[in-house]
Amino acid sequence: MNESNNNAESKNTPLGGLGVKSPLGDLGVERNNNAETQTPPSGGGGVIITTSQLIKRFPMGKGEFTALKGIDLEFGIGEFAGLIGPSGSGKTTLLNILGSLDSPTEGEAIVLGQSVSKLSAKGAARLRKESLGFIFQSYNLLQVHTVFENVEFPLLLLNYTAAERKKMVMDALEWVGLTDKVKSKPPKLSGGECQRVAIARAMVKRPSLVLADEPTANLDAANSHNILKTMENLNRQLKTTFLFATHDEKVIGYLKRKIFLKDGYVDKDELVNN
Amino acid sequence: MIKFLIKGLLRDKSRSRIPVLVVAVGVMLTVFMHAFVTGYMGDTIEMNARFTHGHVKVMTRAYAEEMNQMPNDLALLEVDELTNKLNAMFPDVIWSPRIQFGGLVDVPDKNGETRSQGPAFGMALDFLSAHSAEVKRMNIEKTLVRGSLITKPGQALLSEKFAQNLGLKPGDEFTLIGSTMYGSMAFYNFTLAGTVTFGVEQMDRGALLVDIYDARIALNMENAVGELIGFLSDGFYNNDEAKAIASEFNAVYAETEDEYAPVMKTLAQQGTMGQYVALVDVWTVYISMVFVIAMALVLWNAGLLGALRRYGEFGIRLAMGEEKRHVFNTLIYESFVIGVLGTILGTAFGLLFSWLMQTYPIDMSAMLEGATMMMPTQIKARITPDTYYIGFIPGLLSTVVGSALAGIGIFKRKTSQLFKELEA
Ligand SMILES: Nc1ncnc2c1ncn2[C@@H]1O[C@H](COP(=O)(O)OP(=O)(O)O)[C@@H](O)[C@H]1O
Ligand SMILES: [Mg+2]
Repeated sequence: MNESNNNAESKNTPLGGLGVKSPLGDLGVERNNNAETQTPPSGGGGVIITTSQLIKRFPMGKGEFTALKGIDLEFGIGEFAGLIGPSGSGKTTLLNILGSLDSPTEGEAIVLGQSVSKLSAKGAARLRKESLGFIFQSYNLLQVHTVFENVEFPLLLLNYTAAERKKMVMDALEWVGLTDKVKSKPPKLSGGECQRVAIARAMVKRPSLVLADEPTANLDAANSHNILKTMENLNRQLKTTFLFATHDEKVIGYLKRKIFLKDGYVDKDELVNN
Repeated sequence: MIKFLIKGLLRDKSRSRIPVLVVAVGVMLTVFMHAFVTGYMGDTIEMNARFTHGHVKVMTRAYAEEMNQMPNDLALLEVDELTNKLNAMFPDVIWSPRIQFGGLVDVPDKNGETRSQGPAFGMALDFLSAHSAEVKRMNIEKTLVRGSLITKPGQALLSEKFAQNLGLKPGDEFTLIGSTMYGSMAFYNFTLAGTVTFGVEQMDRGALLVDIYDARIALNMENAVGELIGFLSDGFYNNDEAKAIASEFNAVYAETEDEYAPVMKTLAQQGTMGQYVALVDVWTVYISMVFVIAMALVLWNAGLLGALRRYGEFGIRLAMGEEKRHVFNTLIYESFVIGVLGTILGTAFGLLFSWLMQTYPIDMSAMLEGATMMMPTQIKARITPDTYYIGFIPGLLSTVVGSALAGIGIFKRKTSQLFKELEA
């Protein structure tokens, strides 16, 4: 336990420094500079996530339900990986813990050098604010705010100036091909467009890690491929780590690493070589 | 960030316009109910004031001691001078002379022999002066059953039942047999102008209304009256104001030992009215409070539901890395703004409706069977200083507390839980 902890921390020191301590503007610039240099999808640039004997139990009736039954996983910077499994296998639960939206019952999850279970609410908020992006099945956009404002929101929390925000939002919207919908509001957008806004919102601050929970579940095939290609590109260019939860074959086709979950266990963990 | 929140607030109808409207309606009802209850409960006081007590009353000290025996032998003298003095001291108070007296109404036949007779409770007031507000104050015109009002000296009004018992109709003559201020017998002839109803058995059995100048002549009360009653300028009894006026007046005569010196009593200082005034105060507060609490619960719930509905949005914001405390604070700020706007709007409209009902009371005499002098026939609201701020209790406090309670859920729940509620 202690050993793995130390390992994780020592491995993570350079990255922790990068992701948490350095100002994000700089980070974005660095990432952009790095975009040209090809990095191998996993292992090369250090570890971004480590879980050890991660267990999550939910109270259920009088007893408990164990959704995660001892997960040991490690992800490197720049991975494009997915948790695959049928509904109820624990994908969302694991993603929520890695995103510091929930905490483990037992075991440890180290994300960007920080133990999720030891983070204060404030610390977790800070981790999410500075380093994590989320993409959800149901988009979860703020309905009364424009596309621009939705994408801008994470930057408001990071205290960028208006000019900086404008530049960053427009860049993000360009990545997802939505510069013509800046002033539209979510109710006026198609599902595919909504999800692209969500991707722009997750990416706008150039986070180290993006967690995407069933991002294509509400999309048709064409839109699914479209957003996956977009994310694949961003993964390649910005070196952002992507972790999916999915049971959609289309998504699985894009993954560089497939982790099969079954009843709260890791059943298989495969690297795709090409 | 503030801009972002304001945009959200303005654009989301269910977050701004609807809650403001709900708060405004709740506050308006509270404010109006308060004014209504105050007016309604105060009505009995006002009726007593109009009829006998005034808001304040000036008598001689000796008269005050035995007020309910109508001791006109202890009447106030040099009334004109006293009235001038009162007008100078309290220019906002309206003074009316009154004489209450007992006597016998005697109806003669053609030969001058007594045909019928009955004991009368007499009240003399100023019917005939141009500036007198007494007829209107007493609502006499609306309570007329037969005949007309007193329009010239020598006329009188009787309660309808009394007139029937005596066999009198308008135009008939009768004699009042009473006693003068100096204790000797008094006889005075009146013509019956009309009959009225009071709605109170004792009065309907034997009331006699005459003009003050006739009474003075009849009872030998030259430049004298039993009582001078004063009415506060806004037409409502205010215990503190009345007390202040009375003590200012009484201070002038503090030095004299004269038992015929004038003394001023407030309505509450006369008979059992003090208890009633206190009772009305308590009940007004109780009834208003019940309403305030009811509205508070409604608005509390509205605040609660409004915030619960937004758990999804809060979940998103938390996922983006906003701190829980910050989300909670913005929720409170928003509900505060909504509470203030709604309360101001609601209080304004509540005051407007209260003012309308204070200025233009609902006249119930059409609905009741004929008007009576001693039963309230008008439903009237009344605005007091409390009316201006009572709405803030449900409007601001409950809205904010309701939101805060809902907001506590943000802290109690895991952020992932907020998403589940969003997706459900
Ligand atoms: N808050 C919770 N309370 C109780 N049980 C839960 C809760 N969240 C998830 N579960 C249960 O945990 C299991 C895994 O859920 P989840 O991680 O959402 O699965 P997946 O995302 O793979 O479909 C399911 O059986 C689900 O019912
Ligand atoms: Mg799921």
